[in-house]
Order: sequence, then C-alpha cells, then structure tokens
Amino acid sequence: MPDTTELSTAPAPARDREFTVEERSQAQLVFRRFLQHRAAVVSLCVLVALILLAYVGGWLWKYDAGQYTPDNSVPPSWDHPFGTDSSGRDQFAQVLRGTRISLQVSVSVAILATLVGTVWGSVAGYFGGKTDTVMMRISDLVLTLPLIAVAAMLAHNFGGSWYLIALVIAALYWAYVSRVSRGVVLSLREKEFVEAAKALGASDTRIILRHLVPNALGSILVNLTILVALAILLETSLSYLGFGVTPPDTSLGLLVSEAQTALTTRPWLFYFPGLFIILIALTINFIGDGLRDAFDPQQTKVRQ
Amino acid sequence: MLAFAVRRILYSIPVLIVASFIIFALGSASADPLAPLREKNPPAPPTVIEAERLRLHLDQPLLQRYFSWLGGVFRGDFGPSVVSTANIGHDLGDRFLVTIRLIALAMVIALILAVVIGVLTAVKQYSKFDYAATFLGFLFLAMPAFWFAILLKQAGVSFNLAVGSQAISTIGQASVPPPKGTGPYVLDILGHMVLPTISLALISYAAWSRFTRASMLEVMNSDYVRLARAKGLSRRTVMVKHALRTALIPLTTVTALDIASIIGGAVVTENVFQWKGMGDYLVTSIRTNDVYATASWLLIAATVVIVFNLIADLLYGVLDPRIRYA
Repeated sequence: MPDTTELSTAPAPARDREFTVEERSQAQLVFRRFLQHRAAVVSLCVLVALILLAYVGGWLWKYDAGQYTPDNSVPPSWDHPFGTDSSGRDQFAQVLRGTRISLQVSVSVAILATLVGTVWGSVAGYFGGKTDTVMMRISDLVLTLPLIAVAAMLAHNFGGSWYLIALVIAALYWAYVSRVSRGVVLSLREKEFVEAAKALGASDTRIILRHLVPNALGSILVNLTILVALAILLETSLSYLGFGVTPPDTSLGLLVSEAQTALTTRPWLFYFPGLFIILIALTINFIGDGLRDAFDPQQTKVRQ
Repeated sequence: MLAFAVRRILYSIPVLIVASFIIFALGSASADPLAPLREKNPPAPPTVIEAERLRLHLDQPLLQRYFSWLGGVFRGDFGPSVVSTANIGHDLGDRFLVTIRLIALAMVIALILAVVIGVLTAVKQYSKFDYAATFLGFLFLAMPAFWFAILLKQAGVSFNLAVGSQAISTIGQASVPPPKGTGPYVLDILGHMVLPTISLALISYAAWSRFTRASMLEVMNSDYVRLARAKGLSRRTVMVKHALRTALIPLTTVTALDIASIIGGAVVTENVFQWKGMGDYLVTSIRTNDVYATASWLLIAATVVIVFNLIADLLYGVLDPRIRYA
C-alpha cells in the first residue's frame, strides 16, 4: 500500500514556478497505475467483499455450517438463500465455510510456494554456473510430472485436513515460482546497479536481499496472485477426485463434488459453490493482470 | 541441427531416469500396498499377507525393488499389481490409447481456437470483440475443469431427453458392446469423444489465446512489420505471412510446457464422463495403494511430457533460424 500520509505532510509545492513536479515513490506510481485498470479494481472490491462475507458473514449468519435444520432439500428462498441439502444443512453457511477453507488452502499454498520458489530461483539465477544447473534440473524434474497426479498420490496418504493439502500442493508449485524468479534475477543480475553494489563491496546476501528481491517484487507479487487462483482450482480438482479435503473439513471443491449426483434434483447445491470458485479465481486473475500492468508499464506500451 | 537433436535426446534420458526414481520412491514411501489386506474385516490370515508381501517384492530393499522394476519396464514388464491377475503394462497400454485420442484432439482444437482468437483479438485490440473474448478467456481460466465438464454432460443428457434418443453419448469412451463393422465402430468412438473433447479444449485454450494475443501485439509493433506495410503489402498479407509466423514460435514452447496440466485436465474430464482411460486407472491405483501401477502411470506421463518438450525444442529450432545457427 502506498504511503499517502507522506503526500499530505509534505510541504506545499512552491507556486512561484509554473510547472512543479510532485515527487512520487515507486509504490505510489504502482498504485496509481493499478487504479487505472478498471477490471482489476472492480475485482479487488468483489474479492474483498467475498472475503468479508466468508469470514464476517459466516459468523453473523443465523445458521451454522454443520447445523441440521428441519428444512430438507429446500430450493433457494429468503430463509435459505442457497437452499439446503438433503439432510437440511443450510447451503449458504456451507458455501461460506467452504470459501474460508478454500481461501486458506490457496493463500497458504501461494505464500509457501512463493517463499521457497523465490529463494530457490534467485539463488540459482544469481550464482549461475553449476549451482544454477543442478538447482534448475531439480525444478525441471518436479515440472515433468502432472501436478494433479502427484498431488493425488501424496494427498491420499498424507492429506485430509486443509493444511496438509496446502503443504502437498505447495510442495509441487514452488518449482513454477523458481523458474519465474530465476528468469527475473538473471536479467537483473547484469544491471548496472548490481555491478555498482558489487564494486562498493556489498556481500552476495546483501545484493540478493537489498537489490535483487525488491526489484523482482513485482513479478513475484503477480505470480503470487496467479498461484492463489491455480491452487484453488487444483484443490477443487483434488477434492473432486476424492483426494482433497475430507469431512469434517470442507472446501468449495468438496461441496461441488458432493452435489454432482444431485444435479437434477437439487441443482442449487451444485451451482452456488461452483460460482464462488469461479468468482474467486476470476477476480484474482484480474487483480494479477492489473498488478502486472502496474508493475511493468513496458508490457502495455502497445496501448498508444 | 542433427547434433542439437541428438544432444537434446541424450540429455533427456538421465532426466527421465532420475524422475522415475523419484516417482518410485515417493510412491513406495507414501503407500502401503498391504494395508487394504490388513484392514480387511475379518483380517486376512498372516500367511496370505506374507505371500502377498513376497509377490510384490516388499521383502527387498527400496533400491533393489526400483532397479528390478526399471529393468522390467525396458522388457515391457511393469511389475506386479495388487490385483494378482492384472498385467499393468497391458492395462496401461489399452488405456493410453483411449486417453491419447482425447488429449490429441482436444489439443488440436484448443490450439486452433487459441490462434484464431488470439490473432483476432490482437488485430482488433480494444474492440468489443477483444473485450468479449478476453472476458470469456478469463472465465474459462477460472472455471474448474470438472464443474464445466459436469455442466456439459448435463446439457447432453437434457438434449437427449428432449430429442428422445441417445443423440449425444454422455458416458464411457465407447458403447458396450461395440457396434459391428469398422464404420459404425469409428463413428461410435467419435460420438463418445464429442463432449469430453469440447470440455477439455475449452478449459485449455484460454491461456494459449492470451499468449498468442500478447505475442502477436509485440510482433505487430516491430519494425519489420511496419516495413512490410510501408512497402505496400496488404494488412492481411502482413498479418498472416509476416507477423503470425513469428508470433507463433514461442507458442510451441508454451504448449509443450502445458502438456502436464492438459494430462491433469484429461484425468478429471475422463472421470466426469466415466471413461476407462488413464485417469480412471490413476485414481483406482492410488485408492488401492497399487504402488507399481501408480509409479508406472507417472512414468508414462513423465515420458509423454519429456517427449513433448523435446519435440517443441526441435520445432523451435526449425521455426526460428536464429536458434538453429546460433
């Protein structure tokens, strides 16, 4: 977030000249550019509303997720906006709970995979040579396997609760992140400011932490948002195949897969969790798109 | 070019071997094939469990098991399955043929869609069509594969009900028993492929069409395209003959990199349409702790991914002379 207080406390620009240049930090520039991406801003609002709904709304809502009400298989109504399932559980409360867990899984995956992948990729890219070859071969190995198959295999034996599923998915996604961050570091490594830091006698750790990582932050952040969307979808697929989160935990994917047999009789059970998945993944992808444009105006220069 | 190809092929062999070891070790470490026997009620007698242990070579250390499995793979023997009568190599071979036709057709359709939509959205940037196609692309990117597949399947079922006949097949990869004669047999298989292929293709095309659009926009802004226009060639010729050719080169790499996720998508799609393909085999193997079957499945998938990347690398060399002569 940009530091807006800086703007207000800064001394008023002198009016004696016709043109004055207001100083803006990098973060402010990024924020301003992000605001110009309309789809991203709308998406951010929708996503924040969804998160509030899931965490605050679920707590305020009159029914609990696991609570059995006397209304079995009721279609959507004012009392049950998303209807109820065959044992009378309120689907709205269930979807909110599923949203919370799906978000927890995917955000944990994104953060874990980004941390490991960024360090891995930056070290490989910065040192180059043999270190780079060995480290990137290891990433390549992970990438040759269909993610969902390995995740299913691991999750079947280690999984069940949401944090274990998150660990399993993160253990595979870091390789993607490492590829991206390596590419960024490779191009940054040759820049003059790194050379200057080296000439001034900065240590490798200092160069990586103070010069490379801050400059790669944009790409890392963009990648992080995309990972959240990918992780939600992968967790959903895993749950559908029966290797994801298992009851008593629930997730949006589990809700949909439980509802697929009831598609003709109780379609609301199927549609609402699915729509929530789409809404989350869609808004996150748009936000990622907006962030990419904001961090890297070069890419959108075509827009003249 | 030949030296480059040979070097790439030689290079992918050790990758595949290390991958196979990781696959095998992970599978063996994470699953106990005897667990279902032990958890049976009433429990299986110890002699049966012991016999099963010997049959699955579980008495041997991991490394020895791995090497005898790998050696067997080269001879076409993929190791013992927990189902004593099953032949993993034979089953996987059958199912591979089922799955590969879904993947191949879906990829072709997805690529055509991606190129056509990618080029049109780039040429008509910021038009209504561009915005609509972009939104649709984002929508498909955000859609869980199976959710969309289930919707399609339901649409097929409703259509059949409305028409009053089995116009669109919604279950299985072929009719049981298969119709007689080559013509009807092929038609039957194609009919069963319609919905799964559409589903997999639509789920996969979006990322590629976004990529084509970006790459096309970049090329359209380059000097040689401007030159081609300046010397009087029509916009159409320049777009198709000059810009598109260059813009498509990076798409080969992206497509090859995505093959692993397409296989993942096929696993899910097959499960929705109840195909007896690789996807179903994987799920069953994992559920029954069939270690050798799971490892063999992953080995085949890894081989497909590596072969695709190899082809993409070679194609890249063919398409882009700068790489060939570098």
